[in-house]
Amino acid sequence: MALRFTNRPALVAYITCGDPDLRTSREVALAAASSGAEVIELGVPFSDPVADGGIIQRASERALRNRVSLGDVLALARDVRRETAAGLIVFSYLNPVLQMGIESFASRAADAGLDGALVIDLPTEEAAQYCQEMRKRELATIFLAAPTSTEARLRRLAEASTGFVYAVSRTGVTGKRAEFPPDAEKLVSRVRRYTKLPIAVGFGISSPAQVRAVAGFADAAVVGSAIVEKIEANPGKEAQAVAEFLQQLLRAPTTELGMSVVQSGRRNRGQTESYGRRGAR
Amino acid sequence: MATSAITKKRARSSATGLQAGRFGPWGGRYVPETLMAALEELEREYRQARRDPRFKARLSHLLNSYAGRPTSLYFARRLTEKLGGAKIYLKREDLLHTGAHKINNCLGQALLVERMGKSRVVAETGAGQHGVATATVCALFGFQCVVYMGTEDMQRQELNVFRMRLLGTDVRGVESGSRTLKDAINEAMRDWVTNVRTTHYLLGSVLGAHPYPSMVRDFHTVIGREARRQILRSEGRLPAAIIACVGGGSNAIGIFYPFLKDRRVGLVGVEAGGRGPGLGEHAARFRGGRPGVLQGTYSYVLQDQNGQIAATHSVSAGLDYPSIGPEHAWLADSGRAEYVAVDDEEALEACLLLSQTEGIIPALESAHAVAEAAKRAPAMKKSESIIVNISGRGDKDMGILGKKVKLDACASGK
Repeated sequence: MALRFTNRPALVAYITCGDPDLRTSREVALAAASSGAEVIELGVPFSDPVADGGIIQRASERALRNRVSLGDVLALARDVRRETAAGLIVFSYLNPVLQMGIESFASRAADAGLDGALVIDLPTEEAAQYCQEMRKRELATIFLAAPTSTEARLRRLAEASTGFVYAVSRTGVTGKRAEFPPDAEKLVSRVRRYTKLPIAVGFGISSPAQVRAVAGFADAAVVGSAIVEKIEANPGKEAQAVAEFLQQLLRAPTTELGMSVVQSGRRNRGQTESYGRRGAR
Repeated sequence: MATSAITKKRARSSATGLQAGRFGPWGGRYVPETLMAALEELEREYRQARRDPRFKARLSHLLNSYAGRPTSLYFARRLTEKLGGAKIYLKREDLLHTGAHKINNCLGQALLVERMGKSRVVAETGAGQHGVATATVCALFGFQCVVYMGTEDMQRQELNVFRMRLLGTDVRGVESGSRTLKDAINEAMRDWVTNVRTTHYLLGSVLGAHPYPSMVRDFHTVIGREARRQILRSEGRLPAAIIACVGGGSNAIGIFYPFLKDRRVGLVGVEAGGRGPGLGEHAARFRGGRPGVLQGTYSYVLQDQNGQIAATHSVSAGLDYPSIGPEHAWLADSGRAEYVAVDDEEALEACLLLSQTEGIIPALESAHAVAEAAKRAPAMKKSESIIVNISGRGDKDMGILGKKVKLDACASGK
């Protein structure tokens, strides 16, 4: 499978695997894929999630109570892969990957049918071996771009990225925000200068209006904490709640906003697809 | 992580630490992208500052006139006689303003904050000593200050919480994880990543991403430089051993560093042995830790087989941390320093021993180093000497000592 963004906006859905348990995570991932998420980020729970806000911290704690490991997440990915063609990436902190071994991680991720990974506390400077092992197996290496990144850093991380570039909408941790940060659009246009890969915007996106706004300037919107919160709030019917929420987020925009979205979308789409395919697989 | 060729190359440049950010294979810079530019800025600013004579002069003036340097190297005659072996000298960092070595680093970083034009500071604290030192320099420089502290530590170091608040600092309790130092660092990093444009993270140990381990070390090497001069003056020769406790390892690296080339001086780091050898019962990273990345740096980490960070325990909050400064990992690998563990009981006994033989109540962290000295001294020659770094004073520990120590049973120190 390749990482492809065909809709505009494309939706990337994050879940913390093992919250509340692995079986439910599988159902939620499949429900998200069939509700229009084109890429699923399978989050690996970690004891010290410094980049995450309260919602995902709590999800990690619940998953770790079940002793969910990176190995479990890879097994879950294999299960999910059998039933969906959606893009699948692992979202992890570095230490669980290091303990598995970088080579072993890349090889098991490829076996499981994953498309790539994002290791949030692994900047490009420290990522040589990781990139090499991932490339060997045609797995995408997705790096974060931040509003604070210098031009030199943006160039380097755009070069190191395959699949897509993940633009962080604002300085801060993951979590829902009512307002949409002005940083995001500017960052995407800065990243655009260095890459033709698709650009996904994440951190703080939780409403249909925000998703539509992202469609105006980027290829995809990443929704994480808002999904994890639905899971937390709907015990026993998590998959259904997430499916309904994603459908709501993606409900086609009408009126003139929709027009401008389509136009700005057309500009990038041709490039996006061809490079996206080459980058990921 | 690194090939042996890289390791060797990095080893050569690690004498300065600053160029490579690596100590052998250890160290590095493992943080989310949002923080990378701030770390690059800090590194640049620090490189410039350390070459700037005005910066050095200001720091040196503050250390002398405000913090109370140089601290004395005190010959502990009664303790030496009681143990009946090597002469024991105490490097009295407990006499510094705020009661611990932490102020050395805080003054240095405060000058950098001023140079960078930032006005808000966040910090973590375990025992509260780094929090108090940070609160102090923020009051001195007029910075807004937020200190994160695990609620477990807030209970056991209540006095320091009050001191920080009195100094005008916003102390925020951290309820996540084990509610100790590691969780306070997570929360300080989350604040920093959110407010990075205006805020400096005043990290309190030789931990975290480059340039912190080298920079914090440099601000503490004044301890070792003074001690080296002082022992040569008193003894006419270098000590046989230097003993210091190691949480993150800032007081230890500060006193070790100027002696690294003196190969005959034994360097001994003392970790917290806690309640016993099981994972979760101690904070002895060299006894149960494996290589890993925690909070920005590659070092020995107490963790399970899946890479989840383990809980730790120590009677002393300042040593209660699952990883260790990356330069200590390198000193251990290369054999230049030796690391041992002292358990809770031994540390408490040593605290009483020093209190009742010398009238000096050490912090429970420093008491770990005293305990190791008490084990070694009797077997050493009387002509040899040991320097023990008394990194802090014990006032903050009265609450714990009151609960853990039965005074009538321990009057045998006389």
